[in-house]
Amino acid sequence: MVRKSVVMAAITTTLLAGAASVQAAARDYISIVGSSTVYPFSTVVAEQYGKSTRFKTPKIESTGTGGGFKLFCAGVGVENPDVTNASRAIKKSEYDACQKNGVKDIIEIKIGYDGIAVANSRKAPQLQLTLRDLYLALAKEVPDPKGGDRVVPNPYKTWKDVDPTLPATKIEVLGPPPTSGTRDAFAELALEGGCSTFGWIKDLKKQDEDRFKRICMTVREDGAYVEAGENDNLIVQKLESNPNAVGVFGYSFLDQNRDYVQGSIVEGVAAEYEAIAEGKYPISRPLFFYVKKAHIGVIPGIEEFLKEFTSEKASGPEGYLSDRGLISMPDAERARFRDAAVKLTPLSM
Amino acid sequence: MNSQKPTRDGADGMDSRRTIEIVRAGLRRRQAAEKRFRLYGLLAILLGLVFLSVLFVSIVGNGYSAFAQTYVRLPVYFDAAVIDPEGTRDPETLGSADYAGLVKASLREMFPAVTERGERRALYGIISNGAGFELRDRVLGDPALIGTRQDVWLVADDEIDMLVKGRVDRTLPELDRRVKDDQIGWVDRLDAEGRVEKRFNTNFFLAGDSRDPELAGIRGALVGSLYTLLLTLALSFPIGVAAAVYLEEFAPRNRITDLIEVNINNLAAVPSIVFGLLGLAVFINFFGIPRSSPLVGALVLTLLVLPTIIIASRAALKSVPPSIREAALGVGASPMQTVIYHVLPLAMPGMLTGTIIGMAHALGETAPLLMIGMVAFIVSIPAGVFDPATVLPVQIFLWADSPERAFVEKTSAAIAVLLAFLILMNAVAVILRKRFERRW
Repeated sequence: MVRKSVVMAAITTTLLAGAASVQAAARDYISIVGSSTVYPFSTVVAEQYGKSTRFKTPKIESTGTGGGFKLFCAGVGVENPDVTNASRAIKKSEYDACQKNGVKDIIEIKIGYDGIAVANSRKAPQLQLTLRDLYLALAKEVPDPKGGDRVVPNPYKTWKDVDPTLPATKIEVLGPPPTSGTRDAFAELALEGGCSTFGWIKDLKKQDEDRFKRICMTVREDGAYVEAGENDNLIVQKLESNPNAVGVFGYSFLDQNRDYVQGSIVEGVAAEYEAIAEGKYPISRPLFFYVKKAHIGVIPGIEEFLKEFTSEKASGPEGYLSDRGLISMPDAERARFRDAAVKLTPLSM
Repeated sequence: MNSQKPTRDGADGMDSRRTIEIVRAGLRRRQAAEKRFRLYGLLAILLGLVFLSVLFVSIVGNGYSAFAQTYVRLPVYFDAAVIDPEGTRDPETLGSADYAGLVKASLREMFPAVTERGERRALYGIISNGAGFELRDRVLGDPALIGTRQDVWLVADDEIDMLVKGRVDRTLPELDRRVKDDQIGWVDRLDAEGRVEKRFNTNFFLAGDSRDPELAGIRGALVGSLYTLLLTLALSFPIGVAAAVYLEEFAPRNRITDLIEVNINNLAAVPSIVFGLLGLAVFINFFGIPRSSPLVGALVLTLLVLPTIIIASRAALKSVPPSIREAALGVGASPMQTVIYHVLPLAMPGMLTGTIIGMAHALGETAPLLMIGMVAFIVSIPAGVFDPATVLPVQIFLWADSPERAFVEKTSAAIAVLLAFLILMNAVAVILRKRFERRW
């Protein structure tokens, strides 16, 4: 019995000692986590950076924006990531969590914009939608069609019910699940934008914000909106085989698959590069990444990575990221963030 | 017996004709039912085969073209003024020169009529982004190239590759295609001059991951899978066999061992993501093993395959007849000697079969690796078990999620490679069983 416990203790000590020595080892590559929307851009920059500098290519995990902040804000030290990608700005609660765990100085870099396309198969006619149409077609509860300041469960079955100018096909929209940043952005920009066109709901925002959000952002669950997973390629394939369906996904997937799918015209604007860059296309959002200042100088090459990402040849209007479908920022904004990347200006909230 | 016989005789005598008639009347129905029963079984197998062949046909049909890659032959002038303006031959200077510029200059020379900025961008788009790096490696390997003019085969861009492979529909209106009319014209001209060629895609097996489909390869994932599986095998086989031997040969039969047995069987059915969460909490957060490393992947996969190995090993031990043990013990062998020299060798084929099936399971697993950071973009080939790595199924998952069209064929090709490994492992398991298994 005594001998057994001695053996056990020895094994445990060895394991712990081994673990401690591993933990103390330095990391010589940048570790990046975060949004799956930023992932295709971040990886391209990382690869260029790895090939053209003496530093190792960064490791990039696609964990989703929220998951990325959770890992990023867990603390300072080589076992935590240095950079997190985000398809929305950091929230106050996430910033506070970072502060609490000792992640004090965070540098925010905006890299450009991403449009969210509403698209259908080329075999079907192109749709001309308004944000109001999208809201009425997709919300769980909509204002009573008979009038009055009350909501009823969504009665619309076909696009024609929503707007007489639209075709009489069944509403069937394939889109991302609630865990996705794309879904958050879509709900905020398209659904909230559409429901704010009703005067009384807009007034509600100031009086009862919870109710406003519930009415505007809750997506219907009766089968008209199908959660198609995080894989945008899958949505494109499903649209191709089902001409009646409409898909919601990132602009870069529309750009790559124009021979199969066509973007709908939203509020009179087509999902084209120029329209998104000029801010005319209504469903577009900024993309960011955040850097832990405490890791600069500890992990080699972070400053150079920031320079590569904000350089004109990467995120400029003719840079290699625009070939991948990232919409670049206007000149002044680009200059501002390039400056922030050089001076390492921390974010204050 | 005796009391029954007269009754049966009597029944026989009286109803013999009726019995045979009953049998004959039902015979056809019974035979039909028999036939239907066999047909159902046959249909089930046929259905399975149909699904399997659809899967294989679609994977091979999509993926076979990924094993070829389009190359374009360009006359490149290794301009000394660009590569090494001071003539020092210093590797630092040679390494940082603008080699992409050399490729562009060569293209401009080939197509002097192209002058407009946008058109030139389209022209440069014919050759892969990686071409500059390839020229750099050539010059670093042989500095004598500087100042000479060479015909060099360079990797074509992924979209041109798709065009040459016939995966771009030329009849569509230009706006709806990624490859523009100008580019098609240039490529057709190059092709007519014999400057376009499809070759076996060695890069696919030799390179790590890349976001440029024409440069992406599976070597990083293969090496990662290899490290992870070897470690998993090294950890799980001894532990699994030791556990099985103790439970089967030495442990007393009581409540506690029953409880252990139930738990092991239960663990075999636990969703794999749960093991990933456990690995994150224990191995990464508590023991501090580096995220994304093959070591932590192997530890998690060990947990995953242990129940399979233990169950298979116990079954193999059970199938060794007790007479072997009794004979060994009878001639004076100790229980340990009995197990090591007599029982284990006889049970080994069954144990190995179970282990290989467990390993094949581990090779195809992605869900638990998601939690421990192995689902990541990693370009460098891992050099050890502490380096960040990814594995084959994860690579497939990441490529399937990429927007670029050329990744469709890469995804299928990677699936084909994974399937080849799985078939190989399962075939080894079958051969082991056929060759060494003994039946009593």
